[in-house]
Amino acid sequence: MTQIELRGVQKFFGTVQVIKDLNLKIEDNEFIVLLGQSGCGKTTTLRGIAGLETIDEGDILIDGQPVQHLKCSDRDIAMVFQSFSLYPHMTVYENIAFPLRATRMSRTEVDKAVREIAQVLRITDLLGRKPSALSGGDMQRVAIGRALVRRPKAMLMDEPIGALDAKLREDMRGEIKRLHVKQGSTTIYVTHDQIEAMSLADRIVIMHEGVLQQVGSPEDVYKYPSNLFVAQFVGSPVMNVAKASVSEAGGEARVTVDGAAEGFAFPRELLGKLNGKAAVGDLKLGIRPEGVLVRHEAADGFLPVEAHIIEPLGSHDIVDLRIGGEMLRARTKAGYVDKAGDRVFARLDPSHAHFFDASGQSLGVRL
Amino acid sequence: MAAVRTSGEVALNRVAIAAVIVITLVFLAPIYWIASTAFKPRNLATTIPPTVLFQPEVSPWVKLFTKRSQLRTQPTPEEYEAAPWWERIVFDGGEKVVRDGRGNVQWSAYPDRFMNSLIVAITSTVLAVGMGTFTAYGFSRFKMKGEADLLFFILSTRMLPPVVVAIPMFLMYRMVGLNDTHWGLIILYTAFNLSFSVWLMKGFIDEIPKEYEEAALVDGYTRMQAFFKVVLPEAATGIAATAVFCFITAWNEYAFALIMTNRRAQTAPPFIPSQVGSGLPDWTVIAAGTVLFLLPVAIFTFLLRNHLLRGMSFGAIRK
Repeated sequence: MTQIELRGVQKFFGTVQVIKDLNLKIEDNEFIVLLGQSGCGKTTTLRGIAGLETIDEGDILIDGQPVQHLKCSDRDIAMVFQSFSLYPHMTVYENIAFPLRATRMSRTEVDKAVREIAQVLRITDLLGRKPSALSGGDMQRVAIGRALVRRPKAMLMDEPIGALDAKLREDMRGEIKRLHVKQGSTTIYVTHDQIEAMSLADRIVIMHEGVLQQVGSPEDVYKYPSNLFVAQFVGSPVMNVAKASVSEAGGEARVTVDGAAEGFAFPRELLGKLNGKAAVGDLKLGIRPEGVLVRHEAADGFLPVEAHIIEPLGSHDIVDLRIGGEMLRARTKAGYVDKAGDRVFARLDPSHAHFFDASGQSLGVRL
Repeated sequence: MAAVRTSGEVALNRVAIAAVIVITLVFLAPIYWIASTAFKPRNLATTIPPTVLFQPEVSPWVKLFTKRSQLRTQPTPEEYEAAPWWERIVFDGGEKVVRDGRGNVQWSAYPDRFMNSLIVAITSTVLAVGMGTFTAYGFSRFKMKGEADLLFFILSTRMLPPVVVAIPMFLMYRMVGLNDTHWGLIILYTAFNLSFSVWLMKGFIDEIPKEYEEAALVDGYTRMQAFFKVVLPEAATGIAATAVFCFITAWNEYAFALIMTNRRAQTAPPFIPSQVGSGLPDWTVIAAGTVLFLLPVAIFTFLLRNHLLRGMSFGAIRK
């Protein structure tokens, strides 16, 4: 049982505050991913938990015990670094055995533990090699083996597959997930890659400029982003965001994108849900490309638009549609829109629409 | 498939090889000269032009290690026959080996001076490299106030030519009883080499990714353990290079050794020229002493050659 809790954690580098009042509770066996851009404070948070950085304020609790004053060697936490940091002068066997030797375990027990973990990671035949003779994927397996071998209370991973090529990254994602399910340890994983975060996490913690933006399951943060930053950071291609206004016409709501002559039809309940939540003119509409529906023929609720740029992605296309003064991206079947400049008809799916106020906070409208 | 080379490239390659051969010969010429002199008969040592082909002999080496005096009377044929081969060589040169009252051979001062050189150079190298490595690690890994100034201060100790302070040092050493002692020279040489060692080691340690130590810290080791188990093996290349430089500096130092020592702790550099002696100098003996003096540095560098070749730490960190 290992729970990790951060309470009011603050960290400064000189005058720059890199973590601002961070509160987070990580449950036993949970796989948490800290997601954010470079410099958002995610790695500093991880290093703070590991004990490699001291925090300036707040508490870090492991199983209810404050550990912020403990040395990293006393926290019983393992870490996998982006650079893997395998000791170059030691063989793979010695690298994996290294943490066990700190515990004064007997030679036989060390040997047994190393071989066990090597088997789990399928690196038994690499045990005699030096790290310089390993491929990137194998290095990463060894680094994970070194972290797992002493069965730590928690496992911290700092962009462990960030240095690998795309194909290997995909394989290793599956491997890390498999290991987590098999070994079952509380894991905190740092990445800036939202696909990694979505595919691995039980819960994603999104950070921006040292501030926690949202904590939730991958589905939650994708479907219900708490603010514009999360909305645009999670999901690929990014969510469309456009200035918009909401009005009433013909007994239903109309959402007009800035500069457009006509508005898209929305259910009337939108008016009630928005009432008083945002000043007129300050509203921002967010909609993912799959929420922008496109067809060739005119139909009820569809407005004529012009295709501007078409990005063929194999399984589907991303089509940029000029709507008023804004550009909205739609996801269509491959080859659905023939060429740039074609006139098509578009509609916004209300169930995919998000509304944000001027400060970028979600208004929590769900249709 | 072998690369096809143009005739121009072949010619250039030949010129390069010729240049390397010429440079090598130029560099090796003095070493050949001194080494050949160490095996020459005394009368061929200073001929003009120099004698290149000669019958090598070991008399300079016998003379180097033995205490000798001029023969007043020729040894009797029995004495000559009874003498060991090396003593006969001394007889042939018109000298005799000095023996004490019990007939034991008196050795020359060279072995003691050579041993002094070894003691002083090895100890000062170990101290300078050891302290330099710790200091460099501190500067490399921890932020401290005035770090740049401190590093510059350490370097500035190297800016004054050491011999400028020779007289005050001599007076201070005499006052505290350090002159003509091994420790006196060891302290001096350690001080000379320390700034160099700190700067050189800092460069090497800066290149060792700090993630190695962080991994060791997280793996349950203290910083000191991480230093010894992870940083030190990785810094072996730098330690070897620094040790070679420190050893050479201490081994070759002449001025302070001449001023600060005269008997007990005198090292080989001031001793060898002192053997020029009165009358005509025996250059073959001086050459033999010099050749022997060259060997430790050559052996030391040879033993550390693998560490001097970088490459050990490549490949284990993904960049």
